[in-house]
Amino acid sequence: MMAVLQPGVLFGLCGAALVGIGLFAVITHPGLLRRIVGCNILGAGIFLVFGAVARRGAGPGFDADPVPQALVITGIVVAFSASALAVALLKRLAELTVDDRAAPDESRSGL
Amino acid sequence: MTPLVHATTPGGFLLVLATILPVCAVLAILASGPRSAARIALATFAAGLAVAIAIATELISSGKALSYVVGAWQPPLGIALRADGLSGAMLVMTALVVVAVGLFAHIQHGLQTDAGGGRAQTTFWVMLLALWSALNAVFVGEDLFNLYVALELLTFAAVPLVCLDGRAETVTAALRYLLFALIGSLLYLLGAGLIYGQYGTLDLLALAQLARQDPALAVALALMIVGLLAKAALFPLHLWLPPAHAGAPAPASAVLSALVIKAPVFLILRLVLDVAPPQAAAIAGQMLAVLGAASILFCSVMALRQARLKLMIAYSTVAQIGYLFIVFPLAAGSADLPPWGTIAWTGGALQLVSHALAKAAMFLAAGVIAEAFGHDRIADLGGFGRVLPISAAAFGLAGLSLMGIPPSGGFVAKCLLLTAAVIQGNPWLAATILAGGVLAGAYVFRVIDKALAVPTVPIVARRAVPRRLECAALALAIAAVLIGFVPLRPFGFLQIGRDGLNLAWAP
Repeated sequence: MMAVLQPGVLFGLCGAALVGIGLFAVITHPGLLRRIVGCNILGAGIFLVFGAVARRGAGPGFDADPVPQALVITGIVVAFSASALAVALLKRLAELTVDDRAAPDESRSGL
Repeated sequence: MTPLVHATTPGGFLLVLATILPVCAVLAILASGPRSAARIALATFAAGLAVAIAIATELISSGKALSYVVGAWQPPLGIALRADGLSGAMLVMTALVVVAVGLFAHIQHGLQTDAGGGRAQTTFWVMLLALWSALNAVFVGEDLFNLYVALELLTFAAVPLVCLDGRAETVTAALRYLLFALIGSLLYLLGAGLIYGQYGTLDLLALAQLARQDPALAVALALMIVGLLAKAALFPLHLWLPPAHAGAPAPASAVLSALVIKAPVFLILRLVLDVAPPQAAAIAGQMLAVLGAASILFCSVMALRQARLKLMIAYSTVAQIGYLFIVFPLAAGSADLPPWGTIAWTGGALQLVSHALAKAAMFLAAGVIAEAFGHDRIADLGGFGRVLPISAAAFGLAGLSLMGIPPSGGFVAKCLLLTAAVIQGNPWLAATILAGGVLAGAYVFRVIDKALAVPTVPIVARRAVPRRLECAALALAIAAVLIGFVPLRPFGFLQIGRDGLNLAWAP
């Protein structure tokens, strides 16, 4: 029981659980917004795994290895840009399909 | 045994230049506004091509890999850039395709008179340059996390290219592509995290020496390879590719199909051959070869069944990517012959380069056809060869390379792979290579047959297409044919900088 409560192990297990939930959401949900959210959960899980890696690799006298922490910061920036791009595309798609529904003419046939 | 470390070599700054030149051009375009976008882009094409050729010349003259240690910080804390022979070949191929596609796009933009196209044109230049920078970063990257960032940049530049025209169906295709690519890069990132946790470094050269048979490495490599397969669109993860590549404008399709999917393939090659220990590499190689063979057969048949030219070419891309994956078991080296000394290694690299040139030529020719007739339904194109003889010739020459008929780069590549399969006593792979060639012949012939047909009602072009536009496609197709004149043996250039890598192979 005590082994599980060590922060490194706990982070790792939480990360693994989030990766599982995220992957499940991305693969099984047909809704695009849910898939984007799923990607974010998956990403959060991976960043937690990096946290566990940082904790386990700590040098003597340090709380954690700084390299994985630096990687996580970059990773968050990249994941944020990816989410922003995905949401922008989704918003554009919603606008386009709403326009089509409002005017059901030959422009629909392209879909 | 002295450990290999990175040291900046003379000419190493060229690698930095190859990565940051296009980024500088993007910033210049954003600063100076859309009016000068095309001029800045064209100037960067010339400079970037010169840098790529300079890297190749430096590789040949020194016979050693180029390295650059960023900020003189040694890995594992710092980041190194490194270009060996294969990277050099990729850099030159990328530069050639980008320049040809850029010239094509410039001429095509000149034809558009409507005012609405300006924004899409600027976006195209910015994304093409960003894509070039990301590709170069992937080819010279040596740090797994840095490669992750480069792959993401590549995706972010490629996705807007898919939906440049802003129609709902292309936005849907772009979104699907983005989701596949995101899951792929997140799995890759998870693998990179596990590798760092196990070995404390992300440097590929260091990993090549540290890697040993252990479960964490096996899990990490499996995650990374599956993630990269989603980005490379290997069967059965190819579902996003045909709508995305077929819906994009012709120059964008050309770079997406010719270059963007090669970046993950290149990384898988490096992971399997450089990082994976021999037993793991053998297992991964077998599985990748099965998927590659399935890709060749299934997607060639799908290509045959397509009614639209661009969709046919897109399915053919997935099929041709399959050839790159059957290289893995064939290039498995032995104690006295490292993987990069085998003929399959040369064959795989030639397939990579010749497919890039041929596929870009095909998409550009299809773009000319769509420009001239306003559609790309194969059934209604009867006799187009009389109206667009240069494009038909470009399509046919590029087709030679896809089929593997001499003289063409595709022939040399497939001949080397076939020989390797026969020497190794692998009849299934040999049969797949031959069957893939026959199927490619069938789908290319469908189009050539239409080009040479004499319809009862002659086909008329909707608008005249300048010869210059057609010549860009023809130049790429001729380049794909010219690769067929390299000698049929392990190619020295591709082995530069490989010795000393993955000491597990060393006697």
